[in-house]
Amino acid sequence: MDYKKKSFFAPFNSLKYLLKDPVTIRYPKENKKTYPEVEGVSPQYRGRHFNDLEKCIGCGTCEDICPTGAIQMVEFDDVKEKNGATKKRPVIDYGRCCFCGFCVDVCTTSSLGMSREYVNNFPTPPEATEDTQGEIISKYFIIRPDLNFSKNQGWITDNNYSWLELKRVVMGIFNPEERSNSFLEIVKGYTKEEAILEARRCVACGLCKDACPIHMDIPEYIMAIFNDDVKESVKEIYKTNPLPEVCGRVCTHKCESVCSLGHRGEPVAIRWLKRYAVDSLPLEEYKNVIANKPIKQAGKSVAIIGGGPAGLSAAYFLSFMGYRITIFEKEAKAGGIARYGIPAYRLPEDALNKDIDFIKSLGVEIKTNTNIDKNMFEKIYKEYDAIIISTGFDLPRSTNLSRNGMENVVGALPFLHDVREFLSNKISDVKITDNVLVIGGGNVAFDCSRSVARLQKMKFGKVKVTQVCLETPDIIPADKEEIEESAEEGVTLIYGMGPKEIILDDKGNIKGLDFMKCESVFDENMRFNPKFNENERLICEATMIIEAIGQAPDYSFIPEEYRSKMKFERGKIVLDENYSTGIEKIFAAGDIVKGPDIVNGIATGLNAAKGVDKLFN
Amino acid sequence: MSEILTYLGKDEEYEVYELFFGPNHPGMSGNFSYILTVDGHTIKKVSPDPGLLHRGFEKLVERRLWLQNIALIPRICVPEPDINEMVYSTAIEKLCHIDVPLRASYIRTIVLEMARLSAFLFGFGGIGGTTGLYTASYWSISDRDYLLDLFEWLTGARVYHMYILPGGVRRDLPNGWTEKLKETIDYLQKRLNEYDRLIYNNPLVIKRLKGLGKIEKELAIEYGITGPNLKATGVKYDIRKMVPYAAYDKIDFDIPSQNEGDGLARAIQRREEFQLSLDIIRKALKDIPDGPVRANMPNPLKFKVPKGEVYVKIESARGEHAYYIVSDGGDKPYRMAVRGGSYTAGLILAQKVLVGCRIEDVALWMATMDICPPDFDR
Repeated sequence: MDYKKKSFFAPFNSLKYLLKDPVTIRYPKENKKTYPEVEGVSPQYRGRHFNDLEKCIGCGTCEDICPTGAIQMVEFDDVKEKNGATKKRPVIDYGRCCFCGFCVDVCTTSSLGMSREYVNNFPTPPEATEDTQGEIISKYFIIRPDLNFSKNQGWITDNNYSWLELKRVVMGIFNPEERSNSFLEIVKGYTKEEAILEARRCVACGLCKDACPIHMDIPEYIMAIFNDDVKESVKEIYKTNPLPEVCGRVCTHKCESVCSLGHRGEPVAIRWLKRYAVDSLPLEEYKNVIANKPIKQAGKSVAIIGGGPAGLSAAYFLSFMGYRITIFEKEAKAGGIARYGIPAYRLPEDALNKDIDFIKSLGVEIKTNTNIDKNMFEKIYKEYDAIIISTGFDLPRSTNLSRNGMENVVGALPFLHDVREFLSNKISDVKITDNVLVIGGGNVAFDCSRSVARLQKMKFGKVKVTQVCLETPDIIPADKEEIEESAEEGVTLIYGMGPKEIILDDKGNIKGLDFMKCESVFDENMRFNPKFNENERLICEATMIIEAIGQAPDYSFIPEEYRSKMKFERGKIVLDENYSTGIEKIFAAGDIVKGPDIVNGIATGLNAAKGVDKLFN
Repeated sequence: MSEILTYLGKDEEYEVYELFFGPNHPGMSGNFSYILTVDGHTIKKVSPDPGLLHRGFEKLVERRLWLQNIALIPRICVPEPDINEMVYSTAIEKLCHIDVPLRASYIRTIVLEMARLSAFLFGFGGIGGTTGLYTASYWSISDRDYLLDLFEWLTGARVYHMYILPGGVRRDLPNGWTEKLKETIDYLQKRLNEYDRLIYNNPLVIKRLKGLGKIEKELAIEYGITGPNLKATGVKYDIRKMVPYAAYDKIDFDIPSQNEGDGLARAIQRREEFQLSLDIIRKALKDIPDGPVRANMPNPLKFKVPKGEVYVKIESARGEHAYYIVSDGGDKPYRMAVRGGSYTAGLILAQKVLVGCRIEDVALWMATMDICPPDFDR
């Protein structure tokens, strides 16, 4: 009975579902019940891409991670050129894309995102034939994402969820108390484990390679460090850079300023990785790793005047081309600005010597303590097949405040030179007082004030250094680390002031310096042309003044007949495309051509070497 | 007709034919199928014919970076893709000795149970379809949609989530998501009563499933049957309890089991586990701690896994789902082998158990055993 009753009434049971809401929805008329306040798909849906083409730097990391090979980097003409970016932009093949969103999670600039648009519809091309339809349809599938969908944002990745390692491996550094007592190198350098971790962060986009003046293959040598193959790394470094110990410490690292990781986090510590690689391979191993046989025998002799970075670089590359090289260096040791300009706490003697020793081992002759004058220049010109001038900027610029011979006003370079000589026991003392004023805002000025701080600590036990610069914090040319570290060492930095007058006491000794407010440093053409406001004044007490406001070249050793034929522009020699000065056999490199910095020195050294080689072939 | 049915001969009573039963995938050809030798309606012999459904997966992973594979492996199982991400990620974490943050473990547990629920709902539809109760499939597929909506909200995609990564999960739970999940769980709880009325208390279904393809405890263990099918024979073996992963060791739950080992026991076992999944999600949502959702992981482009090999298994809706991964210390897997949940059941046990059944039982047996060709069709 019960069974019959159930069979009869059971179908009526389904009537109650007539009154219930349907489970299905009528998209797009209705929103989903799970997120009724949002129209369409969910808020972080992984739909079709959008890309801010201005923000995108074309690093290609999205292409590297794409598991389906749907992304291709294509060079476009309508993309604006900018520093640290290629003209390539991602193009996505929606026939392959699996909408995983990995490209968004690894995007270095966060320009790439995914929208909540998922329908990719297009009219059926009426003109399509069987042969052409594939081509026509692919136009709708293979597209460059632009900002079309950016208003309908879906899956976007902030720094918290980024797959990139945005934080740098912390570099060990001596604390300010420890380091300001001596000229020991501040930075400890990476250990093997730290270096591998840091090398792992690199996405190998190669933007650094384009930014580097000598186009070092940075991704390649970082990859070798990551694979714990220091030999391969050093081999790769030496292909383009003959002074890696120097560059690994004091390079202006243009590579790091364009590093794609720098857009979201901290750039890869490229400079320190280079230092790690060369530091961990002893000099004796170099000859097993780096090619040290010339690739040909040119059989010509080249004289290089000035044994600084540019001269050494030219010597290195020329020796591989089989030239006999003689470097004429006026100081007791080669190295130029790297030795006599940069203080030992940034670039220790041993590191510099290692680079120079390797270059010497290639057969380069370095004649030290050899000053070149006009007669000597003539002699060299006759004796050698070519000359490369790389004498650098070694005359200090002065503010013209000090009257002739005023004691206790020194230039930056002579001061730093003396400090280096003092440290290598060549001279017994560096003249210094207990209250020093440094004028300037570049790295050299910081080198001076920090050297003074160390000397004062050694001599007087306390630090009193004031540094005054024209620039405001946003345009100061020195590195950020220099500003931070000098403050830790006790240097007082005053921004936006220009010197007016030296104040003397009754006996004619320096008592202080009168400053006036600097309103602007550059004029509208971005040329250096400071404007001052004399009403706003500041008086700094000091008994010694170091002027670190730049350096100038010295061309007095070049005989008049040659010099008159050379062209100069703002102190620098104007060269043709072969780095020739326009006079037969005379080439130039280094700061007197481009710069001032060491890596540009190396680059011009290489170019001058190429120019020389072209002359004989 | 001649292609699927081949005349073999004649015995005393009936003509004997070879019947091509399959493919078991509506979307494509070249798939897994059974070749049945039938004597009238009775099956005399079963030979599984593994096809080419997943012919490339294990090879494809060897050519992609460790993290790129996360986009590929969910495709090994459509109803429950997250288990693949979980097994793969756990394997990498074991080889690299990575500690997963606790919150990520809880989120993984929730996601895996949601995936299990949607797989069971698929299975409800399967039983409904093979017994002629098509309402069941309409209901379960539309209820599954609510879970997919939540997946879409959390992971950005409905089916292939690519959400669980080595080191944790890809995103934290969005605002309001937890509340919506609770609502959905409550809704599914209510719906379970209706499924009971529709399927599990339905005299038709009970009559049809009772005694179907009965498997004894010993036979199940001998043939390596796992998951609900094993539990339906009375063996309380569940990897969530035996070798806990994610946050299962921190959540208190009991494994249900049946004794009969027939089709009905298996169907009811799945229904019980559906209830268990709802309970686990409720408990996990209550206990979930705050904190990060992903450990610090290396740059995916330079991610190398130390040399070694590892076998990682988890409890999927169909049983033990496992990967055997060998790394040679490089940036890509050296070799990966997949063991699907219904591997032995569909390929080997079928040859034994199906003999003596009738032709119409084959599809129903496959539905109650949750035979999924992608588990072994490679």
